[in-house]
Amino acid sequence: MNVLVYLIPASLLLGGLGLAAFFWTLKSEQYEDPEGDSHRILSDRWDDAPPEE
Amino acid sequence: MGTPISACPACDAAPLAEAQAGKGYRGNGAEGQRVLLSLPQIYCAACISGVERSLASQDGVRSARVNLTLKRATVETDPGVEAQTLADYLTGIGFEAYELDPGQLTSTATDKQGKDLLMRLGVAGFAMMNVMLLSVAVWSGATDATRDLFHWISAAIAIPTIGFSSQVFFRSAWSALRVGRLNMDVPISLAILLALGMSIYETMHSGEHAYFDAALSLTFFLLAGRYLDYRTRAVARSAAEELAALEVPRAARVIPGQADEQVAVSDLSPGDIVRVVPGARVPVDGIVVSGESELDRSLLTGESLPVAAAADSIVSAGEVNLTGPLTVRVTAAGRDSSLHRMADLVAIAETARNRYTSLADKAAAVYAPVVHLLALAAFLFWLWFSGDWRMAMNIAVATLIITCPCALGLAVPAVTTAASGRLFKQGMLLKSATAMERLAEVDHVVFDKTGTLTEGKPALDALSNHKDRDVQVALALAEGSSHPLAQSLTHAARAAGFQPAEVTQVREVPGRGVEGQWQGKTVRLGRAEWLGANSVGQTATYLAVSGARPVAFTFTDALRPGVVEAITALKAKGMGVTLISGDVPAAVADIAGRVGISEWQADTLPEDKAEYVARLGNAGKKVLMVGDGLNDTAALAAAHVSISPASALEAARVVSDIVLLGKSMEPLAAAIDLSKAATRRIKENFAIAAGYNAIAIPIALIGLATPLAAALAMSTSSVTVSLNALRLRKG
Repeated sequence: MNVLVYLIPASLLLGGLGLAAFFWTLKSEQYEDPEGDSHRILSDRWDDAPPEE
Repeated sequence: MGTPISACPACDAAPLAEAQAGKGYRGNGAEGQRVLLSLPQIYCAACISGVERSLASQDGVRSARVNLTLKRATVETDPGVEAQTLADYLTGIGFEAYELDPGQLTSTATDKQGKDLLMRLGVAGFAMMNVMLLSVAVWSGATDATRDLFHWISAAIAIPTIGFSSQVFFRSAWSALRVGRLNMDVPISLAILLALGMSIYETMHSGEHAYFDAALSLTFFLLAGRYLDYRTRAVARSAAEELAALEVPRAARVIPGQADEQVAVSDLSPGDIVRVVPGARVPVDGIVVSGESELDRSLLTGESLPVAAAADSIVSAGEVNLTGPLTVRVTAAGRDSSLHRMADLVAIAETARNRYTSLADKAAAVYAPVVHLLALAAFLFWLWFSGDWRMAMNIAVATLIITCPCALGLAVPAVTTAASGRLFKQGMLLKSATAMERLAEVDHVVFDKTGTLTEGKPALDALSNHKDRDVQVALALAEGSSHPLAQSLTHAARAAGFQPAEVTQVREVPGRGVEGQWQGKTVRLGRAEWLGANSVGQTATYLAVSGARPVAFTFTDALRPGVVEAITALKAKGMGVTLISGDVPAAVADIAGRVGISEWQADTLPEDKAEYVARLGNAGKKVLMVGDGLNDTAALAAAHVSISPASALEAARVVSDIVLLGKSMEPLAAAIDLSKAATRRIKENFAIAAGYNAIAIPIALIGLATPLAAALAMSTSSVTVSLNALRLRKG
């Protein structure tokens, strides 16, 4: 049962990472335009290089 | 490799625009401004990049971003770039675009609320999954120290999560309790808190059953329902706001010795002089200083005949100037204008309607006491029977949890989301949460005439009744005017193949008509009084050739498409249909005859309309009011449920529960059917939830419920209810 000492924190950490990623997507407004995003994937506009910031 | 044929012609123009765009413009350092454009026609990937590239190629544009969900573009520009110029440019290259008034769009505030809900939902989901994993270990036989450890970890996850995610329910429950009411959130909060409290107690005493997973999945499922509900309303609200934002309220202020200045209506103050050009809507209440014209008051009063206006005439905001330019001295603008005062009246009428109890509230009113009494009875019985208060408490809590209020919480939002999505596709925008339920109850429909049953646009009656020569002269004169009657005449005569006669020196006399010279004689087309003709008591314009008797060209308001179909369908459902209008009896009788309504009233004042609707309501009828004018707003607010077309005045749209986005009235009958189907689904969902409870409650009461059983009951009932709601999207 000693394995639990590693496994439980590991599972919580991984879950927490997922949660943090979710927070990030939310903060960076990635749910603003689901319809547009599903179409943007077909656009080849930034295929060669990302937009300059 | 050939170029594929594009479904979106304007998109083909995009690469060209991009070639001009160069590296992209990053601004000139000055504080930029944000411009919002509505793009009703865009739908494809190529449209997105086409619009963005084309906009970026324009001078002064820093960046452009299209939102396809909202069909809207946000453009960052240098100060001084006119939104109208960008909109015209886009329309010119094939993307229909309109300027939006950012002041009317409060989407940032609503987004915040949506994000907040989504974040709570995400946290609840994360916690639920982790605790569920630990629970599976417990269910599959973990004992003693291992079980206690798992319970403790679960508690460590569940306590902060409940504190964060369930706040939504606690707040709502508390605000209901404080005013002595019960809503759905009261049993929900109680179930969550009791489950959590008892689980902590059990964990501290190395108990066998802990309900952390149940408390969390309850939170998760209910938040999902809450979020669905929010989305539906947010989409409707943003579309409604967009309709309002399309009318950018601007006025041309006259400054002596200078060019007119374009200002926002809200910046005008009494005493200012504004210019109203033909075709524009009067922005303020005021008194005409100079100019002669005719005013179309149909949106305010329902009158289909234009009214003459000259110096010292009183004009109201919302009237449309038809022929000549007018300068108007402002007596009241913005919030003080008659348009806005009407909106206040409506606010009073609306509070009366808010007393409607939704199906969900009705269900909660039955559900909450029954469940609480059952749980209390179980507690008292087991306490008396076994004397073990801990066991009695366990059973009572299991009863509360297993009665799955989460299916009830999802029963309504899942259905309204599916149904309002379908209504939106048919061109109807649901603004109010309970509009669907109220629409399903309707048994009497009251229509307004001008602008609702009719298009509010006159169409010329049979040309063949006139001599060809008259038509040719009238056509020549009518082409010199932008008056709606003249334009309609031009359209009809051209369509019938007529050529204009040789009329010279055509000039428009504001407020009266058009005048010219034909074969050495003065010819006039215009108002009866101007020509000395006898009025025919119907919308008409008159042609006079000097020396001859004036001839009348009569017009009839064209019916809105789909009206006859809609009314036939409504009557087939056995509903009463009434036409009520502020117009003269002859015009109302004519339209009533054409659409097949036998019951009609003419010459009604706004108060009469509201009173008529209220009287029907008192007689036990559930009235659906369909109207578009300012004179309808009080009646719209007094009705059980109300619909207005997108062309309606903003005040009318605001009080309506549903806005008809398309031109056709035909979806009306189908919408009533759909709302009935939706209400049926909601009731079915309640029945499903009740069915689960009928099985689960006895099990819980005799003390056989385990956390596993609770989790199963909760998930299956929530999923069944959602699937049942999805059936609405088909067929």
